[in-house]
Amino acid sequence: MTIQNTSKSPGSDPGPSPVAEGGSVEPELKGLSQGQIVRKRFFDNTAAIISLVVFALVLILSFSSLGFAGIPGWWKYNHTEFLPVVNGGAPTYTNIFSWGDHPFGQDAIGRDYFAMTMRGAQNSIIIMFLIGSISGIVGVVIGACSGYFRGMTEAVLMRFTDIIIIIPLIVLAAVLGRNVGASLGEGVRVYFLGIFLGLIAWTGMARLVRGEFLSLREREFVDAAKIAGASNRRIIFKHILPNAVGVIIVNTTLLMAAAILLETGLSYIGFGVQAPDVSLGLNISQNEQAFQTRPWLFWFPGLFIVLICLTINFIGDGLRDAFDPRQKKFNVRKAGTTA
Amino acid sequence: MVTYIVRRLVTAVLILFGASYLVYLLTAASGDPLADLQASNAPNRDQLIQARTELLNLNTPAPLRYFGWLSGAVKCVIPFAGSCDLGQSIQGEAVVDALARAMGNTILLVTTATVLAIIIGISLGIVTALRQYSGLDYGVTFMAFLFFSLPIFWLAVLLKEFGAIGFNNFLTDPEIPLTTVVVVALASGIIWAVFAGGSLKRKGIAFLLGAVLAGGLLAVLDAVGWFVEPGLGPVVILVSGVAIAYGITLLSAGLKNRRALGSALIMVALGLVAYYVVNPLLAGATLWLIVLLAAITVVVGLVVGYVLGGYDRGQSMRSAAITGLLMGGLIVLDRFMVTWPLYTGSSRIRGRPIATIGASTPGLEGDFWIMGLDSFTHLLLPTLALLLASLASYSRYSRASMLEIMSMDYIRTARAKGLSERTVVMRHAFRNALIPLATLVAFDIGALIGGAVITEQVFAFAGMGQLFISALARTDPNPIMGFFLVVGILALVFNLIADLAYSFLDPRVRVKA
Repeated sequence: MTIQNTSKSPGSDPGPSPVAEGGSVEPELKGLSQGQIVRKRFFDNTAAIISLVVFALVLILSFSSLGFAGIPGWWKYNHTEFLPVVNGGAPTYTNIFSWGDHPFGQDAIGRDYFAMTMRGAQNSIIIMFLIGSISGIVGVVIGACSGYFRGMTEAVLMRFTDIIIIIPLIVLAAVLGRNVGASLGEGVRVYFLGIFLGLIAWTGMARLVRGEFLSLREREFVDAAKIAGASNRRIIFKHILPNAVGVIIVNTTLLMAAAILLETGLSYIGFGVQAPDVSLGLNISQNEQAFQTRPWLFWFPGLFIVLICLTINFIGDGLRDAFDPRQKKFNVRKAGTTA
Repeated sequence: MVTYIVRRLVTAVLILFGASYLVYLLTAASGDPLADLQASNAPNRDQLIQARTELLNLNTPAPLRYFGWLSGAVKCVIPFAGSCDLGQSIQGEAVVDALARAMGNTILLVTTATVLAIIIGISLGIVTALRQYSGLDYGVTFMAFLFFSLPIFWLAVLLKEFGAIGFNNFLTDPEIPLTTVVVVALASGIIWAVFAGGSLKRKGIAFLLGAVLAGGLLAVLDAVGWFVEPGLGPVVILVSGVAIAYGITLLSAGLKNRRALGSALIMVALGLVAYYVVNPLLAGATLWLIVLLAAITVVVGLVVGYVLGGYDRGQSMRSAAITGLLMGGLIVLDRFMVTWPLYTGSSRIRGRPIATIGASTPGLEGDFWIMGLDSFTHLLLPTLALLLASLASYSRYSRASMLEIMSMDYIRTARAKGLSERTVVMRHAFRNALIPLATLVAFDIGALIGGAVITEQVFAFAGMGQLFISALARTDPNPIMGFFLVVGILALVFNLIADLAYSFLDPRVRVKA
C-alpha cells in the first residue's frame, strides 16, 4: 500500500545528529548535549534571531496595546468605537515619538485603524497558535499510531487522512461560519475558528510523522527497548518521539506560517473571521476599493500579515538548519572547484 | 505493479465515496438554498420556492438525497455515453456545462503560471545551490521567503494598481523620465553583479555591463516609440537567435561541441528564412497551425542535428531542436507585437490594454493574434501573482535537493575523473536533483486546477475557484459537488502519478504491491 522510500527527500532526515558525514563530531560541538547543539546553531543564525525579536515585538505590541482577556491595554481606543473622522482619516503618525491620535488613520466610518490592525494581528496570532498546536498534536498522535502499529491501524488512519485531505477547507469553514459561528459571542468565535481549522489542518503533519516513525521503528534502539520489556506507549513517547522532535517542531512552525495566510485568505473571501470582529484579511477586503483614496487602509494590515508570516518562516528555517544541518555542508570551493 | 495500481485505484474510489458523502452533508448543513427566496417579496414567491425545491429535490433529507446525486454522477464514468449528470445549479444550468467552461479558463490560467514557476524556480534553486552563501543566494532566499509570506490577495491588489493602472497610464503618454532610466539601469547593474558573483573586478564589469545595457535599451526604446508600436524585426531576431543558440549549446552540449553549435546556428539561419517565408501564412493563423509549425520546427531541428551530429548525435539534435523552437517563439512574439497597436487602438480597449478583471474583453472580435493578445493582457496579472506565490517553494526545494546531491560521493567521483563542471552539474547533479521535485510538481498540478480560488476571486476570473465560491455563497449544492468531484479525483490521480513517477525515476524506490 505504501511506497518504500530508501532514499531520502530533502528535509526528512530522521535522526537529527551533530555527527558530520564522515562520522566525526564538529570540533566546536564536542561535549555538548543535543539540545545545547540545537540551541547554539539556532542562536548563531542571524536571520532567525532577528525574526524572533521582530515577532516578539509584534506580539507584545498587539497584545499590550488593546489589552487581552480582560486586562486593559495602553491604547486609548478600541476597534469598535466610532470616532469623528479627523483630517479625512489620514494617518497622524509622524515619527516614533509623536504618534498622534490615529497613527494608522481611520476607516470610512471613523474607527481607529491602529486599534483595528492590532485587533486583527491579535486574532491572526491566536488563530495561528491554535492551528499550530492543535493540528500539531492531532497530526503527531495519528501519524505516530499509524507509523508505529502498522497494519490495520495504519490503513484505517491513513485512509481517514486521505478523506480529510481532499475535502476543501473552505467548505468546512463555510459550514462553521454559517451555523456554529452565528450563535457564539464575538470574542469566542475566533477561538472556535482556530480550533476548527486546527482539527482539519493536521493531515500533512500526520503523513510526515508516520514516515518518521516507519523508519525509526526499525532501528536497533527500538528493538532494545522492546526486549527490555517496554510498553508500546513508553516506546512511542520515550524512545521514538524524541528522535522525531526536530521534524515535528520545524513542520509546526511552517504550518503556523501557512496558517496565517490561510486565516487571512479565508477572512478575505468572507469565510473566516466575520464582521463586526476584525481580522487582517477582512480589513484588506473591506478597504481594497479605497486604495486610490485611502491607501493606508490597505497598507497597514498587509504589512502586519507579511511581518508575522515572514518572521515565522525565518524562525522555522532557522530551526530546520539547527535540527538538520545537512544542507550546510556543501561548499563549492571546498569541494575543489573555483567556478 | 499492476496489482499496486489497481489497489490504489480501488482505494481512491472508496475514499472519493466517503469524502463526497461528507462534503454533501456539510454543504447541506452550511445553509438553506431557499434563503434568498424566502427573504424576497416577489408576488410569485411560493411558486419559486416550490420550483426550486423540486429542482434540487429538497424535500428528501440530505443523507438520502446524496444517493440521487450519486446515481447521476456515476454515469460520468461511462465514456462517450454523454449521460453525465451532475445535477443543476440554482439557476437551472447543468453543472457539467458550467464545470467544462470554468475548467477551460482555469487551465488557461494555471498552466502558464505553473510552467513558468517550475522553470524559473528550479533554475533559481540550482543557481543558488551552486553559489551557496553568496549575495545571490541570500538575495534569492530572502525574496523567496518574502513572496512566500505575501498574501496573494494583497499582492494582487498591488499588481492591479502598479502593473495595470500604472502601465496603462504610462501608455497614454509613453515618456520615460531620465530618473527612471537611471534607476532601472542601476537596478539591472546590481542584479547582473549579484548573478555574476566572483571577484570584485568581475562584479564591477558585470555591473557596468548590466547598467549600460538596460539603461541604453530603455532610452533607445523610448526614443523610437517602441512602447506604442513594438516589434522585433529581423535584426533583433537574428541577434537574439544567435545568443539563444550559444546559450542552449552551452547548457546542453558545451561550446566545445562544434557540431552542436553548428546545428543550432543553422537553425537560427533557417528561422530567419522562415521569418520571411512563413509570415504571409501567419496572417490567417489558428492555434493548430502554430502547433503544426512548432512540430515541423522540432522535426527539422532533429534532422539538422542528425545530419551534422558526428559521434554524439543526441546532443546536436537536442540543441538544434530547442534552438529552433525558441526561434519560432521569437517569430510568433514578433507577430504578436506587430498586432499590438491594432489591439490597443481597438474601440473596446481604447488604449488601456492591461486588464484588471475578467478572462476576456466582452464583445471584442478579431483574428487569432488579436484574441491571443486579449487573453495575454487578461492573464498577465493573475499569472504573475500565482507565479510569484509558487516560485518560492520550487526554488527552495530545488536548492535543498541540489545541495544534497552536490555533497554525494558520485559527484566527487565525476569531478575526480576530470569531467568538466558543466557535465558534472547538468548531467550528474541536475538530473538527480529533479527526482524529488517530480513529486512536488505532480501534487501541484493536481492542486492547481481547483486551487486558485482566491486569485480568481480577486481578478474576477471565471474559473473553477469562482464557480465554487459563488456556489458556496448561494448554498448551491450541485456546483459545489461538481467542483469537489473534479478536484478530488485530480488530487487522488496525481497523488498516484507522483508515487509512480518517483519509483520510475529512482529505481531504488520500489512500490510494494
